[in-house]
Amino acid sequence: MIGVGGAYGKLYGGPVVRDLLEVYTTVVRAVPELVLILLLYFAGTDLINQLLTALGHAAIDINGVVAGIGVLGVVQGAYSTEVLRGAILGIPQGQIEAARAYGMPPGLLLRRITLPAMLPFAIPGLANLWLIATKDTALLAIVGVNELTQTTRTAAGATKAYFTFFMAAGALYLALTLVSNVVIGRVERWARRGMPSIAGSH
Amino acid sequence: MIAQGTAPALKYTAQNDAAEAIHVENLHKRFGELHVLKGVSLSARDGEVIAIIGGSGSGKSTLLRCINCLENPTSGIVRVNGEEIRMKADSHGHTVPADRKQIERIRSKLGMVFQNFNLWSHMTLIENVIEVPVHVLGVKRDVATAEAEKLLARVGLAEKRDVYPAFLSGGQQQRAAIARALAINPRVMLFDEPTSALDPELIGEVLKVIGDLAREGRTMVLVTHEMKFAREVATHVVYLYNGLVEEEGPPEQIFGAPKSERLKQFLRNVG
Repeated sequence: MIGVGGAYGKLYGGPVVRDLLEVYTTVVRAVPELVLILLLYFAGTDLINQLLTALGHAAIDINGVVAGIGVLGVVQGAYSTEVLRGAILGIPQGQIEAARAYGMPPGLLLRRITLPAMLPFAIPGLANLWLIATKDTALLAIVGVNELTQTTRTAAGATKAYFTFFMAAGALYLALTLVSNVVIGRVERWARRGMPSIAGSH
Repeated sequence: MIAQGTAPALKYTAQNDAAEAIHVENLHKRFGELHVLKGVSLSARDGEVIAIIGGSGSGKSTLLRCINCLENPTSGIVRVNGEEIRMKADSHGHTVPADRKQIERIRSKLGMVFQNFNLWSHMTLIENVIEVPVHVLGVKRDVATAEAEKLLARVGLAEKRDVYPAFLSGGQQQRAAIARALAINPRVMLFDEPTSALDPELIGEVLKVIGDLAREGRTMVLVTHEMKFAREVATHVVYLYNGLVEEEGPPEQIFGAPKSERLKQFLRNVG
């Protein structure tokens, strides 16, 4: 979602929107995710709570899961902005022009033409991002999320069976990836339905 | 009444009482320093087939694309269906449409056929043809589908209705694109060099479909390199040279007895 908005803003937005998005994608992609997670979790909760207190509400305790998902979303949004921007540029311009020539308003054009037409170009990049994101969850341990790697380390430390537990964790990540690949493969086949396969085999 | 000295002129003036579907007056288009159109006027009444011919860079495609605002004219008047397109200057000093809704309304009455077909690649032929009727014009899906099947049959593609464009030849794609244009029941059909991207042996099938449309009295503006075809189907031919109308008239006059030296030269080169 952030990616679609970002890519659209960068391609068609006014100069202010474009500059803001440029700052967003540059900063987020330049700063290590670990730093961002820490920054947004600790500084972010502090900021929100200060705001809430100022407005007369009670301070809330933001839990690590929500903060973690939020940060990963912001990070993925920055990368997918670029993936989608490339995919939109990959659409033959004539197809967009044809839609305009038939009087399609911009919202309809995005939904009916641009998004489905760019999907085949976007899926490899988005699939990469998704797989990276599944592994990035390991970083969320730092804000106290009980994710796979952290749990494994605790279990391994307690039992001293490091090899077993880390192999098991690796296998779980692998399983997640394999399942993802199957799903992504299906989606990609569907998205490329209008395109002849390059190898010529069906 | 306009003086009718020669017999060919009659063919054109006889239709002058029909309503004007497209009216272009003193149209200018600049791309930065490049002055592509330098004051072109054009009129298409109902039932007329206007052929625009001219060398590469003469501005003929730009003229066509200004009619439905795919290019924004720098100055001049464009009227479609008697409705003048309102323009305004944006913050960069470019002329842009003042009212997006108006442009969309006007565009949905103009059936544009492109040089490169521009069918939507993620939709089958039938989905391509019903897309605009269903999603822009609000026609019910079953009604639009029945109509689309008729149109595909008419261009000889009935059995290809569920095929994606990429699996078809250029000629088939262009015929499907014509069906897509017809599906909006356009007041005017705009053809932008519809056969220029086709292999020579596929040109005939597309010209035949366009010719049939012309003969049944559909209003069309056609940018083309096919001189023989223009002579056959056009009621009026406009020769553009360097952004200006160099000569215009009925096809018999333009092709049979051209006056301008440049037109004579052009016809010799393409003939």
